[in-house]
Amino acid sequence: MAAIEILGLEKTYYVGFWKKKPKCALRPLNLTVGDGEIFGFLGPNGAGKTTTLKLLMGLVFPTAGTARILGMEINDPRMKAQIGFLPEQPYFYDYLTAGELLEYFAQLSGVPANQRRGKVSEVLNRVGLVDVTGVQLRKFSKGMLQRVGIAQAILHDPKVLFFDEPMSGLDPMGRREVRNLMEELKREGKTVFFSTHILSDAESLCDRVAILHGGELQGIGAVADLTSSIEGKIEIVWQGTFMPGPLKCLITESHLTGDTVRATVLEANQDAVIDGLRREGIRIISITPVRTSLEEYYVRKLKPSRTTAGVTS
Amino acid sequence: MSARIVHIASNTFREAVRDRVLYNLIAFAVLMSGAAILVGQISIGIERLVVVNLGLTAVSLFGVVIAIFIGIGLVSKEIEKRTLYTVLSRPVRRWEFIVGKFFGLAGTLVVNTFFMAIGVFASLLYVSHHFQKPDGWILVALYFIVLQFVIITSLTLLFSSFSSPLLSAVFAFSLFVIGSFAEDLRGFAAMAQGASRWLATGAAYLVPNFSSLNVIGSVAHNQPVGTYLILSNTVYALVYAGMALCGAVMIFEHRNLK
Repeated sequence: MAAIEILGLEKTYYVGFWKKKPKCALRPLNLTVGDGEIFGFLGPNGAGKTTTLKLLMGLVFPTAGTARILGMEINDPRMKAQIGFLPEQPYFYDYLTAGELLEYFAQLSGVPANQRRGKVSEVLNRVGLVDVTGVQLRKFSKGMLQRVGIAQAILHDPKVLFFDEPMSGLDPMGRREVRNLMEELKREGKTVFFSTHILSDAESLCDRVAILHGGELQGIGAVADLTSSIEGKIEIVWQGTFMPGPLKCLITESHLTGDTVRATVLEANQDAVIDGLRREGIRIISITPVRTSLEEYYVRKLKPSRTTAGVTS
Repeated sequence: MSARIVHIASNTFREAVRDRVLYNLIAFAVLMSGAAILVGQISIGIERLVVVNLGLTAVSLFGVVIAIFIGIGLVSKEIEKRTLYTVLSRPVRRWEFIVGKFFGLAGTLVVNTFFMAIGVFASLLYVSHHFQKPDGWILVALYFIVLQFVIITSLTLLFSSFSSPLLSAVFAFSLFVIGSFAEDLRGFAAMAQGASRWLATGAAYLVPNFSSLNVIGSVAHNQPVGTYLILSNTVYALVYAGMALCGAVMIFEHRNLK
């Protein structure tokens, strides 16, 4: 069974003084996320990522379409007991301490009274906030609030997690910890659906990604598939600063970094270049096929539609 | 009642306490102590009348101000600060959130009124040196004041579910003032002719009838309050508050939380 099924979900807001001017935030979106997947939802600001997450959480209502999470409708309380949500730049009741807030959320999520204390301590420990359990949230930094946000999302041991920009506001160490946590969640069999701007995080974490722009799905697929399309080019790295003259016409692109040369050649010229380097007695460090990075894929997908951004209809 | 409503209500009460709302009790205590001492010195024979009038009016006004100023932010502040997102993404229905907020604020006002009532009775004891049987009617006046708070809380929640805090405050305060003269409005409607009669009658029955819930004057003059009035006011306040709350729920159920 798919963990998340999005079926033609669409959202149009009506803006202006008389609320008559339509602004399409999300064009019909169809998407399926499998059980136990880490799914990345990528796109620039205003792409419709947060709108999609709000639609899935039942915070805004769709203009058309529907979605199912764990086979249940999006406003079904039984489904909501099995999901966790971290909003973008979360803000919590700042008069509460971290422990009180999590206890309150545990009550609302239906965690049995005899397990609440234990669960709260466990998640605070997991996000590295156990020392500040009794501190009011108004004294927390942005990064600490983000950790509280993650703690409240995983508190009730949900099956599906929705994170909106989970790395936002975190320092490099914090980002690493969140990445590790997401990998742990995957190992525990959870499904993680997260939006991000940080492509390296998506590339290293996600099984599949979707790219959204202007409220429209631009591409979707397994990270391995999207990044493994070999472009018919080979990168050869050798030691030295010297480029043999006869090889210059065979090399498409080259860079000198310290005492190594990094050259890109067409697959057809690969053997000729390698033979030429050997003849000159140059030490070859590596020969690797050039693969499309997720960043290149992302840029390529966004380029044609950049001109149509704004999506007013 | 769903456990989630109780948890939301408890948290709303805790918010009010942590935001130092109950500090108003200090101002009230100072007012009542000052009044009791002053009245004892300057009035002869009407100390009880002055203390009861002043005390109950202060209880009413302090409570109305708290109900309006907390009530207007109950929903809109949660939307604005996005604290609502992590609540409604849990198995909490929107109506449960509204009802929980209502009980939380109503509970805060009941606790506040309880402590103020102690202040009123303490001042009364100070000026009269002993309690009389008619002083029991003060409890009925306090009960009616609580019913007023229940209505105002539901109205502020209704306004807060679709309007900005400033406009909600203006609406709620206007309704409180107009509602305090509801009997006069009904009298005017009875005298008016044609379309204005219909309009005035409609307005008179639409605004909450706070004048019927105000028995401070008669209680101060040792006059008893009839059982029928107690029952009818109870039913009226609960039905009115219930309808306002239903309105708040209906609006909030369809609201996009952008």
